[in-house]
Amino acid sequence: MITILDYGAGNLTSVRLAFERLGVTPQIITDAAAYQGGRILFPGVGSAASGMDGICNRGFDRLLRDAVAQHGPVMGICLGMQLLLTSSEEDGGVQGLNLIPGACTHFDRQKDPTAKIPHMGWNTLQHQAHPILYNVPQDSAFYFVHSYFVTPANPTDVLGTTEYCGERFAAVIGHGSLIATQFHPERSGEAGAKLLENFLTWEGVCS
Amino acid sequence: MLLKRLIVCLDVRNGRVTKGVKFKGNVDVGDPVEMAAQYCADGADELVFYDITASAEHRCCDLDMVARAARALSVPFTVGGGIRGVDDMRAALLAGADKVSLNSLAVEHPEILTTGAKAFGRQCVVLGMDAKRVPKTTQIPSGYEVVIRGGRQPTGRDALAWAKEAVDRGAGEICLNAIDTDGVREGYELPITQLVSTAVPVPVIASGGAGHPTHLVDVLTKGQADAALIASMVHTMGFTCGGIKQALRDAGIPMR
Repeated sequence: MITILDYGAGNLTSVRLAFERLGVTPQIITDAAAYQGGRILFPGVGSAASGMDGICNRGFDRLLRDAVAQHGPVMGICLGMQLLLTSSEEDGGVQGLNLIPGACTHFDRQKDPTAKIPHMGWNTLQHQAHPILYNVPQDSAFYFVHSYFVTPANPTDVLGTTEYCGERFAAVIGHGSLIATQFHPERSGEAGAKLLENFLTWEGVCS
Repeated sequence: MLLKRLIVCLDVRNGRVTKGVKFKGNVDVGDPVEMAAQYCADGADELVFYDITASAEHRCCDLDMVARAARALSVPFTVGGGIRGVDDMRAALLAGADKVSLNSLAVEHPEILTTGAKAFGRQCVVLGMDAKRVPKTTQIPSGYEVVIRGGRQPTGRDALAWAKEAVDRGAGEICLNAIDTDGVREGYELPITQLVSTAVPVPVIASGGAGHPTHLVDVLTKGQADAALIASMVHTMGFTCGGIKQALRDAGIPMR
């Protein structure tokens, strides 16, 4: 069973449909009380401040903490990745969930004045071995749309990186049963579908 | 490395894909979602659906089609045509579109760009702009005028100035269509593409004029576009997305 958290940040349609194309019907919940167990998908498009408000108003902060404490598989996407960290400099500074120590910062165009922001389009991923990236070839392209990127405090939490605007930033991070991507697997063709399929069979254990 | 994008455009008239020449005369080429799914499977990086009869019929773009497309496609897609305001934008995004393209509405009510960007994020606000070659004047120093209503109505505005203003107001991407080359299949309009692409800090999609892979090579290198939009090349001229992308890779352009 897979549960998608709806906290009012962006629409969940494309994430739901991506799982339906894999033959799975996700449960979408708007309140933590509705959670019936199973793996959690934490999506998100929008701004950090309103996203964090939406999460806390629905009790999803506790739900995510509990899931991680019980080693249940959780996957964050885009804003859902950025909010897992300690803080974000978006919206004048926002405290995140601190489930993975680290910070989220804006791309600096001074490092590459030709780079356009948001970072929008297909970019390539260089990654380490991890069950979630099983059978995903090196340099596969994924679809990104973002202006901020995360830097985990612990480098071993970085599972895959991508280059943009003078940075080699963390595009896939993981810590225990928690996994997150800056790109949108639900919009990343076959490579993205492979990653979502891997998540459906991953038990949150990484040996 | 950020890759260049190949985007396939489907003009939808009464639920069917049509291809026009300079906005005059249209031929039926198929079902939009079936065609889009096939292009997606063949390597298209993104798709655009324009409901070209929606505006005249005073309705939003076909939301059933948007929902069907969202179910079928695993790559991003944009919808345009008939968007009357922020409520229509919300409806299109909720139906599953990734981005909404605003053209005449943005010229006549530019505040929609700001409202839309605040409500949904600038990444889903695409400025669709039709530019037409005109003599350079003090009012139109770039030599390209913005035209609206499907190319029929001049606005007296400079295309480059409008592109910059639209981005300041909230547009997160510009799809720049050159009226003079649209449907002619002899190449994109490189000068305005290069002017706009180097002047704005958001991605620019070149549109209008593709008839051969070398035209895409030119617009993605000399024209400095971030993405190239095609239509008749794959609808009616016998090219395939996979073949075009291979030709671009052979020319040294990084593609998915």
